[in-house]
Amino acid sequence: MAKTLFEKVWERNLVTQETDERPAILHISLHLVHEVTSPQAFTVLRERGVKVRRPDLTLATIDHSVPTLPAGPSGELPYVTDAARNQVETLRKNCAEHGVPLLDLGDDRRGIVHVVGPELGRTRPGMTVVCGDSHTSTHGAFGALAFGIGTTEVGHVLATQSLLQRRPKTMRVNFVGTPSDTVTGKDLALAMIAKIGTQGGTGYVLEYTGESIRALSMEGRMTLCNMSIEAGARAGMIAPDETTWSYLDGAAGESVSRDDNLFTDEDAIFDAEIEIDASAVKPMVTFGTAPDAAIAASASVPAGVEGIDYMDLEEGQELTSVAVTTVFVGSCTNGRLEDLRAVGKVLGGRKVADGVKMLIVPGSEQVKRDAESEGLHSLFLEAGAEWREPGCSMCIAMNGDRGQPGDLVVSTSNRNFKGRQGEGVRTVLASPLTAAASAVAGHIADPGEYL
Amino acid sequence: MSIEAFTSLTSRTVVLPEENIDTDQIIPARFLTTTGRDSLADACFHDWRFEASGKMTDHTLNTTDISSHKILVAGNNFGCGSSREHAPWALMALGFRAVISTEIADIFRSNSLKNGLLPVIVPPEVLADLHEQPGVEISIDLDAEELRFGNHVVSFSTEPFARRCLLDGQDSLDVLLSAVPDIEAFEGAQS
Repeated sequence: MAKTLFEKVWERNLVTQETDERPAILHISLHLVHEVTSPQAFTVLRERGVKVRRPDLTLATIDHSVPTLPAGPSGELPYVTDAARNQVETLRKNCAEHGVPLLDLGDDRRGIVHVVGPELGRTRPGMTVVCGDSHTSTHGAFGALAFGIGTTEVGHVLATQSLLQRRPKTMRVNFVGTPSDTVTGKDLALAMIAKIGTQGGTGYVLEYTGESIRALSMEGRMTLCNMSIEAGARAGMIAPDETTWSYLDGAAGESVSRDDNLFTDEDAIFDAEIEIDASAVKPMVTFGTAPDAAIAASASVPAGVEGIDYMDLEEGQELTSVAVTTVFVGSCTNGRLEDLRAVGKVLGGRKVADGVKMLIVPGSEQVKRDAESEGLHSLFLEAGAEWREPGCSMCIAMNGDRGQPGDLVVSTSNRNFKGRQGEGVRTVLASPLTAAASAVAGHIADPGEYL
Repeated sequence: MSIEAFTSLTSRTVVLPEENIDTDQIIPARFLTTTGRDSLADACFHDWRFEASGKMTDHTLNTTDISSHKILVAGNNFGCGSSREHAPWALMALGFRAVISTEIADIFRSNSLKNGLLPVIVPPEVLADLHEQPGVEISIDLDAEELRFGNHVVSFSTEPFARRCLLDGQDSLDVLLSAVPDIEAFEGAQS
């Protein structure tokens, strides 16, 4: 019988089938762990006297609570609070107690959980990947089934390497046509979310198909899959191809064996299908307080959308007239080398506009090293931007990197919710190209004229 | 081990009519540096309930006695965004035991069910009705999968396994732990 990519990956990892009374038991190939959503799960294990069942399939990193400013003269990291420091130390203790490998501070492989998994070659096609983090959908770019879970389920995976799961529905999102050079994976993601809404994907695993998806790099595919959750979907997937395998060869440092069966069969049936004309997508920005309030940066604020009051925008206002106070480049959505290169293309030989603060935060130690070896950090610093240590930073704003009330932040992250980047802060989501163009212009800008 | 059971609940409602209430609203990220799950009541909807100075606002969540209003009636698409289980923990710390909407985001719903916070999906006309009657008393019967208010009887459905766990107060981790022989057999066949 013809099967979708999702069905093939689901069946491969199925321990027991679901029944009316009980969900399926799904085996987890890779469990990623970070400091914020794991402590209470380790507490449950301790209370029950249960050990981590497969530390070899578990990988922990530190990303959310860690400062992105370097240590002071005494070697002390400038944690935002004692609680943040304690959370990092708690993860360290828990990993040591259970033999879980940890990419600790000072480890040259550390970084944002969804940047390091692929970068270290741990995320592979056909796997199930979970983490107590909704943006785990990122790893679907490799043809893995990857989704975010809550802390109770983190405990389930730590204890049993498995989860009780009902089989989700499937939706094909087919991108037709070829977009222009200024349109990135981020713009395709925002266009898709604008079309189907923040609950359009609820209950579904999305599979992205079409020539413009094949043309995306792995970085662009990760950005698109990362944003699947912003459409309400549990996961997004892209069938592996030579782009995937050669990325993995590079990450693994050797030729990895190709799996030729990870694709949707021609006659396979999805529960839903939508089509998006990629050739019509332009560089996108958000203008409201949910990610589906997205439109071309060159357009005007449409009528009747909730959230424009909070954003202090008016219906009919041209988005390019909106002044910017801050630009943030980074996060698991857009904190990879390709994203920083894109910023470099725009910032090269230009300056960040007067009065605009620009923060550039690499997604991992490796991204930082690679960017510095290409001289990108010098270019950023010369343009007037700040170059920080790796972490989640202003995407979730829980480490002290945050805006002030009233700030308007053009951000390469994933959520424009009220107060996400600090109380009273207004967030405009955009691609790295658009963010960099806006930093130079001092207002929201289409990157076209800066390339 | 057991979790707090949920069989039935009769309580009044608090209405938050906004659509797309995300988990950053339910509990802002700066409160996530905790390593426990208690003491999250003040963090719940913190930036709706407190001014930057720390002064309480006159928001309905501050002016209502949640101990007699344990049912949150929200706008469409409640709980979207981050997977933080701190969101249901915080709602329960404030006193809520059930959330009613026309759509509740996947991960939030899954997290709520594991903690004894009952997510209830109702049709749009029922939600509109509830929005017009803030504070109305509702009886929720999870065994019958029915909620009653005024002259209305509305049925809802809950994933059968999660429903059973809630009715019995059973921790689903026990089910997984008892399946470890199957999990070992699967891993053995893989390697």
